[in-house]
Amino acid sequence: MAQFRQCPDTGLFFHKEAENLMKANAVAGAVCLLIAGILALLVVLTRWPAVHLLPADAFYMVLTAHGICALIFWVIFFEMAILYFAGSTLLRSRLATPRWAWAGFALMIIGAIMTLVAIFQGNSSVMMTSYVPMRAAPSFYLGLILFAVGALIGCFVYLGTLVVAKNEKTYEGSVPLVTFGGTVACIIAIFTIASGAEILIPTYLWSIGYISHIDPAMYRVIWWALGHSSQQINVSAHVAVWYLIAGVIFGARPMSEKVSRAAYLLYIFFLQLASAHHLLTDPGISSDWKVFNTSYAMYLAVLASMIHGLTVPGAIEVAQRKKGLTNGAFEWLRKAPWGNPVFSGMFISLVGFGFLGGISGVVMGTEQISIIIHNTIYVPGHFHATVVIGTTMAWMALTYLLIPVLFRRKMILPVVAKWQPYVFGLGMSLVAIFHMAAGTLGVARRHWDMGFAGNPLGFEYPATAYLLMGIAGVGGVIGVIGGAMYLIVTVGSLIFGQPLQKEAGFLQSFGVPLADSAYTNEKPARLPMAPAEAVESHHDHSEFEAPGTFILAMVLLVSFVVYYFINWKYLSEVWPLS
Amino acid sequence: MTSFMPPAQKNWWAVPVGRQEIVWIGIALVWCLIMFFMMPYWHMYGKQNISNEGYRVTPVKFQAKVNEMIEKYKVREVGAMKIPVVAPPEGSDVYLMARLWQWYPMLELKKDASYRLHITSIDWNHGFSLQPVNINLQVVPGYEMVLNVTPDKAGEYTIVCNEYCGIMHHTMLGKIWVKE
Repeated sequence: MAQFRQCPDTGLFFHKEAENLMKANAVAGAVCLLIAGILALLVVLTRWPAVHLLPADAFYMVLTAHGICALIFWVIFFEMAILYFAGSTLLRSRLATPRWAWAGFALMIIGAIMTLVAIFQGNSSVMMTSYVPMRAAPSFYLGLILFAVGALIGCFVYLGTLVVAKNEKTYEGSVPLVTFGGTVACIIAIFTIASGAEILIPTYLWSIGYISHIDPAMYRVIWWALGHSSQQINVSAHVAVWYLIAGVIFGARPMSEKVSRAAYLLYIFFLQLASAHHLLTDPGISSDWKVFNTSYAMYLAVLASMIHGLTVPGAIEVAQRKKGLTNGAFEWLRKAPWGNPVFSGMFISLVGFGFLGGISGVVMGTEQISIIIHNTIYVPGHFHATVVIGTTMAWMALTYLLIPVLFRRKMILPVVAKWQPYVFGLGMSLVAIFHMAAGTLGVARRHWDMGFAGNPLGFEYPATAYLLMGIAGVGGVIGVIGGAMYLIVTVGSLIFGQPLQKEAGFLQSFGVPLADSAYTNEKPARLPMAPAEAVESHHDHSEFEAPGTFILAMVLLVSFVVYYFINWKYLSEVWPLS
Repeated sequence: MTSFMPPAQKNWWAVPVGRQEIVWIGIALVWCLIMFFMMPYWHMYGKQNISNEGYRVTPVKFQAKVNEMIEKYKVREVGAMKIPVVAPPEGSDVYLMARLWQWYPMLELKKDASYRLHITSIDWNHGFSLQPVNINLQVVPGYEMVLNVTPDKAGEYTIVCNEYCGIMHHTMLGKIWVKE
């Protein structure tokens, strides 16, 4: 018999098993973020030319661990928590096969530890991409495979939960938009993990001597179907989190269910093609293939992101205007709860992802422009805007929401929490912008010494590049401080926060079930459809519902167009190549 | 109310879309198409494109080509390692080999002359990053890229390796001199 409890503050229903899994996955994610953050500080302090902290071998080892821990472990553990939330909690459904979900979780933990141990033993400093024929320890690949299998189990548990919810009629009508977005993330995750298996299993067999040769070009093609698509899981999931937070904080409803869902469908069809971005300057791949794929089939997935970029803030604006904040174009935004880290984190995530991550990603993913950007430090600049400001910040904002609701703890240090999104957002924006700027001057990524000290051939990047890398270093330190603030508030709240329910003790913060008395065996009432509001009918569809958002969207577009053509201009100045 | 409840209408797909979204989708779609057609446009009218010419190659074969070229066109040697500098004639095939942790050989080219530059790696992945002009290419072992290059400014250029290739990656440099 499935046991549920209802959150008295939000009315959300938590299935006991799902609740514990969410907690365990979120906490595992936070531990990975802690490790990734410490490693990030070491990377930052080494690439900051004036500090140059670590020796070369330690730097490459730490950089490998940082990439894997942040880009794979932290985001995917947290994504599992989000999937269980979107499938079970939002649909008021019991979780399908919780034991399988725990088995998946255990595999992910074992895999993560195995890979990290392999890296820190020192003979697997192969970077996250582990391009063959460079060889890591077999346990490096095996750990990643186990982690991926665990995540795959989680995806199927999620899909099973959708089936359970449908069969048991736990909701009326169609699934909520947030669950729809979670499902898109899940589908992309399955594609991603299958690609990962397709390349990492042979590579593992090669590392133990069962296969003699892995083609290096094929490895790159298939590995990126894992490497880039995993970032597309993040995009789908964090867009769902944006919609969720807009709904929770403002009572916002999607401007149009049809438009938002259609945009998500475009993600399913086209987003994964983007892994071609990484292969634009590779030999042996034709331009036709590169152009079609790098453009996600004529940029239809970019179109989808631009749609969400309008409809998420647009939904907030419509809700705010309905509350009477109708003065001028931006009263709705000025009077938003900027002191609430759930909102400020979400909004910084939205703006940072769009302006810094989105624009730079499309520009560098243009077939020819890749020539002036490929493998420069521009690339880490870009993906710190997407994955850190976009995804990580969205996860952080969601955590602030979940601590009272899911963990039943009052947040400690509210002032620290209030400032955290700003500190983290500022630091990571500096990292993103100044890495991109240094990359434009040619500074290489994954490189221990941009000064080439003692090299008889000698080479100096322009002096400006050192300045830019120094500013990025300062930004990185600020970002790490912001990350530490997040962990202090969240982990501190789990341990020291005042329990909002007497059963919510220390162990219960880390995945141990609440006492049975907290739950009832009663099935939650069926989740009703959103109340029909007058808005759809009174609206004559000819006026703009969210004019302020439209102005913001046009600012984005103009920045996009200008920056895009600036890069073509840069490209036109390099040696003619054909 | 909201994004985390089932849509208010059973037939939500039939609810008409507001004008604002339609206008934005139209604008965004036009921009997407412009960006798409910029790439084929640049193939036709732009001067900087990655070549589609590529071959599978073995280290032995490529090294033979490199040595042949050095024999014919070597003009001097550089440094304690005595890395040869070759000055191949205009329009000729130029072979550049990446290996741990060296670009081999070094090149002396003429300004505004075109060359067929063949690049591969004989061991791991490397990154050809020509500075300060900032041309970046992936160098994949087993595959040879053939690229027509026309250096249009004289000066000393450095090839940095920008694909991580092991512990001495950051020491891997090469040189190209472009003479008037």
